Amino acid sequence: MIRTTVGGRAMKVIESKGVHYRELNREIRRLVAAGEDRLLLRGVNGQRYIGAGLRGTARLEIEGTAGNNLGAMMNGLSIYVHGNVQDGAGNTMSGGEIVVRGSAGDITGYAMRGGKILIQGNAGWRVGIHMKSREDQQAVLLIGGKAGDFLGEYMAGGTIVVLGLDIPLQQEREGANPLIGNYLASGMHGGTIYIRGRIPAWQIRGQVQSELTTPEESPQLRSWIEHFAAGLNLDCSALSREIFTYLTPQGARPYAHLYDHSA
Amino acid sequence: MVERRDDYHQCYEGKIRIPSGCAVAGFINKTGERVNGGTVAEMMALMHERSNGLGAGYAAYGIYPEYRRAYAFHLILADHRTREEVEAILARNFRITEEHEIPVRRTGRYKKAPLLWRYFCDPLRLDRDGALDELLLATTMRINRLAPRASVMSCGQDLGVFKGVGYPEEIAEFYRIDQYRGYSWIGHGRFPTNTPGWWGGAHPFSLGEIAVVHNGELSSYGTNKSVLENFGYEMSLRTDTEVMAYAIHYLRRQNMSWPLVAKVLAPPHWAELERMAEPERELAAALRRIYGGLLMNGPFSIIVAFHGGLMALNDRLKLRSLVAGTSGTDLYLASEEAAIRQVCPRAEEVWPLPGGEALICCAEEESACHVA
Repeated sequence: MIRTTVGGRAMKVIESKGVHYRELNREIRRLVAAGEDRLLLRGVNGQRYIGAGLRGTARLEIEGTAGNNLGAMMNGLSIYVHGNVQDGAGNTMSGGEIVVRGSAGDITGYAMRGGKILIQGNAGWRVGIHMKSREDQQAVLLIGGKAGDFLGEYMAGGTIVVLGLDIPLQQEREGANPLIGNYLASGMHGGTIYIRGRIPAWQIRGQVQSELTTPEESPQLRSWIEHFAAGLNLDCSALSREIFTYLTPQGARPYAHLYDHSA
Repeated sequence: MVERRDDYHQCYEGKIRIPSGCAVAGFINKTGERVNGGTVAEMMALMHERSNGLGAGYAAYGIYPEYRRAYAFHLILADHRTREEVEAILARNFRITEEHEIPVRRTGRYKKAPLLWRYFCDPLRLDRDGALDELLLATTMRINRLAPRASVMSCGQDLGVFKGVGYPEEIAEFYRIDQYRGYSWIGHGRFPTNTPGWWGGAHPFSLGEIAVVHNGELSSYGTNKSVLENFGYEMSLRTDTEVMAYAIHYLRRQNMSWPLVAKVLAPPHWAELERMAEPERELAAALRRIYGGLLMNGPFSIIVAFHGGLMALNDRLKLRSLVAGTSGTDLYLASEEAAIRQVCPRAEEVWPLPGGEALICCAEEESACHVA
């Protein structure tokens, strides 16, 4: 175990290269329980469940590719990844923050019920599937690049924002919005999705209504973009006049008549 | 051997169920440069948790340069008596030029491993075009009818499949995978969900020029099976991926290009078809009308090895993960990005494969020398 100083603060370093995920997570849990508030995991490559189920205010920094289910079911930590994350980051997390400098895999934010995930690059398929919110807390997923099919599938609450930084948008009528795939918001029945640009009807599934807004008009959207820019130290001011599509479910029970004969 | 057959009979499809997924990996050098199997084995080892020790295997192209024109039959056999039966089947249509036991390390759990035999053969007589494909098909089916006593791992030219029950790193060690050098490699670690873990049921599945590894499960198995049975394919290996291998073999026998094969296995949805422009729409619709029975439904990510190339494909809804990475003239494929980073820390580009879009990579020089 070494101590290093990053940004003037002492940090414990865990050399993770070749360490099995069980051993690595045992060590992380031990150090967090002992009151360490900053850990640096060097040489991570595919280890699963990092930070899973942990509570508290510690900060984990990860160098490398974090494995499946990073921060699953965690409540309160802040995880910063200098690299990509594989599938299922933030699975069922309740609180805290995951910030990813690279890209994220499929089912990122799966059933998350609180906390925030910030991804500078792209996100995979079925991202934000079954996200939730509760009275005092809502899950937030902010994506700097683009996302695959089924974004916000079965979404029950919380917020997803797709910015598409540096991705040009063609404004041709009925053309696909390149920041998302097909079947956007299939089965969505709660929460809010903001996607930069216009979206043709065929890319959206389910009983959702779409409206247009801009960060200038919408203080809520603006605050999420500012949060994203601050968390990743980026300048997103150029987005302020961009058009965003804003999706919400139609009414409180959009699928009440799904199994009616007339439907 | 009677008891052993009973053991196998107890675990037919539906009678055994173990939850969870698999791992796949692939590698090809685009200039046809050959590398040893250590690389793909290391990729598989990193994804250890995706397997449960009930099956693993590897396939490589370019491993028999000194026998390049021979058909290399790799066989799993219960005993020497079965070997004689198999040899008689082979001898009907092939001249056996060389045969030997595949070199393995029979230690630990592999002390009682089946007999693993390799034949290099030349076809006796070929009176018309396409006769060879039919010969390989008929011979393989005839041998596989003896399953579980005998099954064919592979029978292609310059191709070898090495598979069995175990974790990927155990199977790599058992077959001494690092002793073979090929220009393309695929690997698999099994986590069987509905079907038994037995030697013949491990991946890759191979017939003729193709070998395939698969993560997922094919809910269209019954439909695919009944279509393929019309064309002389018999499902005797008790696992879904068998239909994938045979469907690809069948489509290639129709002289179908790899992009079209992918469009049959994972066609665009009808709603997408409606938005397509002609003539793509008409082609896609015709493929669905004619080959609809070979559409693969259910979650899958596959990597197919063929003469001179690899094809990777996800199901249309992308229900399994598959990542690609490049470094110079090398292409890597794996269920997890970390497996690529493990053997290629300086990968220039790493990206997830979208659903239903095939990635096809050919090694120019190696394919040229096969045509010649």
